Amino acid sequence: MPLRILAAPQDPQLLDLPWEVPLEAWPADRLVALPRGLSRHVVRFVRLDGRVYAVKEVVERLAQREYRLLRDLERSGVPAVEAVGIIAGRESPAGAPLDPVLITRHLQFSLPYRALFSQTLRPDTAGRLVDALVVLLVRLHLAGFFWGDCSLSNTLFRRDAGAFAAYLVDAETGELHDELSPGQRAYDIDNARTNIAGELLDLAAGGLLDEHVDPVDFAADVGARYERLWGELTGSESFELDERWRIAQRVERLNRLGFDLAELDIVTDVGGRSVRIQPKVVDAGHHSRRLLRLTGLDVEENQARRLLNALDQYAAATDQQGEDEEIVAHQWLTRVFEPVVRSVPADLRGKLEPAEVFHEVLEHRWYLSERSGRDIGLKEARDAYLRDELAHRPDEQAVIGGVGPADDDEAADPEPFRIPWDQLRG
Amino acid sequence: MATVTFDKASRVFPGAERPAVDKLDLDIRDGEFLVLVGPSGCGKSTSLRMLAGLEDVNSGAIRIGDRDVTRVPPKDRDIAMVFQNYALYPHMTVADNMGFALKIAGDSKDEIRRRVADAARLLDLEPYLDRKPKALSGGQRQRVAMGRAIVREPQVFLMDEPLSNLDAKLRVSTRTQIASLQRRLGVTTVYVTHDQVEAMTMGDRVAVLKDGLLQQVDTPLNLYDHPVNAFVAGFIGSPAMNLMSVPVDSGGARIGDYTLPIPRELLARASGNRITVGIRPEAFDLSQREGIPATVDVVEELGADAFVYSSADFDGTHVSLISRHAARTPPGKGSQIRLTVDPAKTHVFDEQTGARLSS
Repeated sequence: MPLRILAAPQDPQLLDLPWEVPLEAWPADRLVALPRGLSRHVVRFVRLDGRVYAVKEVVERLAQREYRLLRDLERSGVPAVEAVGIIAGRESPAGAPLDPVLITRHLQFSLPYRALFSQTLRPDTAGRLVDALVVLLVRLHLAGFFWGDCSLSNTLFRRDAGAFAAYLVDAETGELHDELSPGQRAYDIDNARTNIAGELLDLAAGGLLDEHVDPVDFAADVGARYERLWGELTGSESFELDERWRIAQRVERLNRLGFDLAELDIVTDVGGRSVRIQPKVVDAGHHSRRLLRLTGLDVEENQARRLLNALDQYAAATDQQGEDEEIVAHQWLTRVFEPVVRSVPADLRGKLEPAEVFHEVLEHRWYLSERSGRDIGLKEARDAYLRDELAHRPDEQAVIGGVGPADDDEAADPEPFRIPWDQLRG
Repeated sequence: MATVTFDKASRVFPGAERPAVDKLDLDIRDGEFLVLVGPSGCGKSTSLRMLAGLEDVNSGAIRIGDRDVTRVPPKDRDIAMVFQNYALYPHMTVADNMGFALKIAGDSKDEIRRRVADAARLLDLEPYLDRKPKALSGGQRQRVAMGRAIVREPQVFLMDEPLSNLDAKLRVSTRTQIASLQRRLGVTTVYVTHDQVEAMTMGDRVAVLKDGLLQQVDTPLNLYDHPVNAFVAGFIGSPAMNLMSVPVDSGGARIGDYTLPIPRELLARASGNRITVGIRPEAFDLSQREGIPATVDVVEELGADAFVYSSADFDGTHVSLISRHAARTPPGKGSQIRLTVDPAKTHVFDEQTGARLSS
């Protein structure tokens, strides 16, 4: 039987993989690492032409569904892993049918939450992970996506200038609607709360969580954090007609949260004395879009915020505040940003993304200046950072598992796992 | 535990022409295993989600026990959606895996201990409460996952096609396990499936839906023996009931040169001069002299019995028939046969409305 392939056309080398072999029996030399994580199905990671792919064996109906969902999410600009294709019609050499596979591209420089604590997961790190997850959940809900299984395990995190940006990894239980009902949103929040509590309690039971983090309190806070952000992004407010500055204020508040207001509903009352406004369409990525427009750099939201600040400081320091923004930005890019990024030796480039390196150099410069009581120059800070900091960091370009050996059942750090229904027997 | 009542509950999706669920009236008894079944788009999943609080109810009401939950958020409904995605946490003991969600809900330590102990007793997990999940068998792990739902002591379990991604063989064995566990727990359960065999084998009662409308709710046997309309007759049963639209005369239904005797008072209830006749495959008999003339296309020998797939041509129409016969003596492929029916085993439906005419 011929293989049937549904794929974006850019990865023809995928055809060379041993599709006639069940994933569980794939030769180790094809694999990047054995899988970890919660999936209910067999998952393997493979490297081809320097890129890493996740390959998941799943019945055809579910493979099709998840492929479409991930494609739809990509189109609506929600951060999610990128679906590459489905390979169906697989058969073993003896003619036994094999389940189709769904292929997704591994997100570079992303980290599973369990890889984010080399020793223990500290309160501020845990808090930032949860914040990133809440932003992701709100963005998914704004796009009409019901997750059905929101958890730290079903998410990948990218460093984002001291914070994190979260990406959806597993859309198996997801559904895309025109708009979500309050019940669907409430279910996702409650489910996230339970899952996060379970995941943090599990870390605590394994001695991997800082004792200052209370998993139950932490998880309970998810709902409150979600409601605050959801309220700010979608809530209505009323004011007198002569307080119209409050519209500008609302826009500014949204911008600070990293969102742009694309459509605002404005209703005046019958007498025309008071106004009620409600955001109808908000788009995430306020700072990253602006940075992309000015410099062509495509980075995470907080990184963009940080880089835009650096750009403003450059404009001030070179006395160019009145100049054309794009010209100054181009200058900053070629004279400040790129020299720092280019100075990273090739063998250190797999450790952090360029924008994150730049952010850390700025942090290091601030730290060195404070310690020495004088203003340390960017070059000096950069050299010190590369030598004293980056060189000692682990590679994060393609982190697949958590910590410890991945292929050992008795590993020091086993991960949460799922049980399929058919094991009810026995 | 509790009853569940759908009281003229409707769901209309924005922009849709007709309701996804249309004035659903359904009384589910305390402890009952009720299955919602129907073809894709019939409203079965939407009905379940209305009960779960995931879909808004546009009109009517839903009650759990005496409590109106129509506008209550999902987590306050005292229900458990039993999906297959319960995670087990490897560093935590079986007891903690089962009970941690109660901690978030703010239950006291004593209360959590009591509920975990109760659930462990029901699930035969008492000796394992202090172990880690890795030390358990697959079946025990699955029961720990179920335990997560059970410790919440919900009034109702909801299951939405839990077996849909298993292969056929595993589905059969797993459905038995789920049904027997439910009977043991005695918790009112609403279960959604598109598979009528699954519905018939698992449910105390089965509710058949089509186009958002409840067609019939009854025990599996009554659905099989007394389908209220031609849709239910054709949907329930495998292989499906033979359904034929035929003209009537004073003696009964005329199928080619064969007249299937049908009582006069039944024919009088038909709205036109045609009726839909329904015959289960096992209601046919072979005859030498009379019956529906047909040509055998395929014979399936199953050991205990045989299915004969034949075709009949009459009044310019072509009809495919399935009949079940004793094994080892079925007619051969290509042979001409005549199929008779015991009138008592004949189902008669109005040709236009599809409603059942026979009692």
